[in-house]
Amino acid sequence: MSQPETLNQAFELGYTYTRSTGPVIGRFLTALKNRKIVGIKASDSRVIVPPMEYDPDTAEELSEFVDVGEQGEIVSFAWVKEPRESHPMQVPFAWAMIKLDGADVPMVHCVAAAAESDIATGARVRAVWADETIGFITDIRCFELV
Amino acid sequence: MKDIAIVAYQQSDSVSDAGAVNEVELIMPVLARTFEQAGLNSAQDVDFVCSGSCDYLQGAAFAFVSGVDALGAVPPIKESHVEMDAAWALYESMLKIRMGHADSALIYGFGKSSPGDLPTVLSQQLDPYYLAPLWVDSISLAALQARLMLDKGLITERDMAEVVSRSRRNAMNNPHAQLSGDISVEDVLAEETFLSPLRKADCSPISDGASAMIIATVDQAKAWGLPYVVISGIDHCIETHNLGMRDLTDSVSTRMAANHAGMNAGKVDVAELYAPFSHQELILTRALGLDKETQVNPSGGVLAGNLMMASGLSRIGEVFNRIVKGEAQRGIAHATSGPCLQHNLVTVLEKGENA
Repeated sequence: MSQPETLNQAFELGYTYTRSTGPVIGRFLTALKNRKIVGIKASDSRVIVPPMEYDPDTAEELSEFVDVGEQGEIVSFAWVKEPRESHPMQVPFAWAMIKLDGADVPMVHCVAAAAESDIATGARVRAVWADETIGFITDIRCFELV
Repeated sequence: MKDIAIVAYQQSDSVSDAGAVNEVELIMPVLARTFEQAGLNSAQDVDFVCSGSCDYLQGAAFAFVSGVDALGAVPPIKESHVEMDAAWALYESMLKIRMGHADSALIYGFGKSSPGDLPTVLSQQLDPYYLAPLWVDSISLAALQARLMLDKGLITERDMAEVVSRSRRNAMNNPHAQLSGDISVEDVLAEETFLSPLRKADCSPISDGASAMIIATVDQAKAWGLPYVVISGIDHCIETHNLGMRDLTDSVSTRMAANHAGMNAGKVDVAELYAPFSHQELILTRALGLDKETQVNPSGGVLAGNLMMASGLSRIGEVFNRIVKGEAQRGIAHATSGPCLQHNLVTVLEKGENA
């Protein structure tokens, strides 16, 4: 009796859909791809970066975009002596809340610095862009001290 | 409206690594002791069961369903789950009773954090576009919060060390504590920073374990003949996920929840606060306006052992224990979730008959 033919079918695990990031987050990520940073005006006119879709206090839908600078000021920082495997840098660095020029609300990102003593609240930083920008928050590779 | 009371509470030891013991095996002994305390045999003897856990800790979707194996769910039981700390499972159970769909409920929470890197796992609860891709961990975010307070002069490193010292000393009387000892403020300050400005001692340990509670209407508690503690109020409030939009040096949502729960209607003898980092206990104490009349975290709090998804329920259980022992008449318990105290629940507990 002959062996039954083995049925084969190629299979690639993958998602058959793409996800839209929408008009607000999408606009921010598209701007990053173009090496620009945009924020949005809250109900009380404060500029939020990265932009939010709705005002957290009034629940108002937000739509007024504002270009902000790629430099800013450190509002708070945490010095990471021993980076975790998943962290964006594998040498000591800082996480920081950074208020960009033209923004009122600080954003969280990482800051490259040689030593903890080099960094301080109030220090000026500027965005360092990734070699290739793809429309992701990591298009800003990190911030560096000015 | 039916008054609701706690009649039993148990928790496991808080251990840094439970080894080969799986989640079901962590839960089962705790449930057995809880049923024994209430004079019940099994989950068949309560009207509703609700658990709290996090699938991210186990790394598999619907991993919480395996927890039901600890209950023996045949014949079928009415069961629910929250992907949150079990303090929120208590909240759901109270709604169930208030709606008249149950007169009693079993609540349990469990977490085995040791297999993964917990601070990294928690980074994945953050904003999926702006923060999660950066893998910013929970300790780093707490460190940002602590520095804001230090820079503004709201606290000093010594204030933080005092919280650590008191917690470790209080934990010497807590048989389930993971970290306890006679540690002075100077001992803490002598430690080098871990994730500056935080020292390791400022951070709660990573723990494995479970806790469980049985609640019932006061009428049911009386019928069972058990000492009970009345839950006179419970509420929870959440703040925006945008850390930059929050005042991280205050806890507005905790204060709102406490006001809604009726905390200020009487004296607070004891408060158990879920503060995973030392500076957060200071934020909470101030946000709630607690003074020297209130004993804060006599158990040692979560700096002595932090059972993810169970320690919020344990705070409530600890206050229940104090009131049953006669050490307090009235107390509050606080539970938290999310980065930098984003989401907060406050429960007010008062002595019932026989307690």
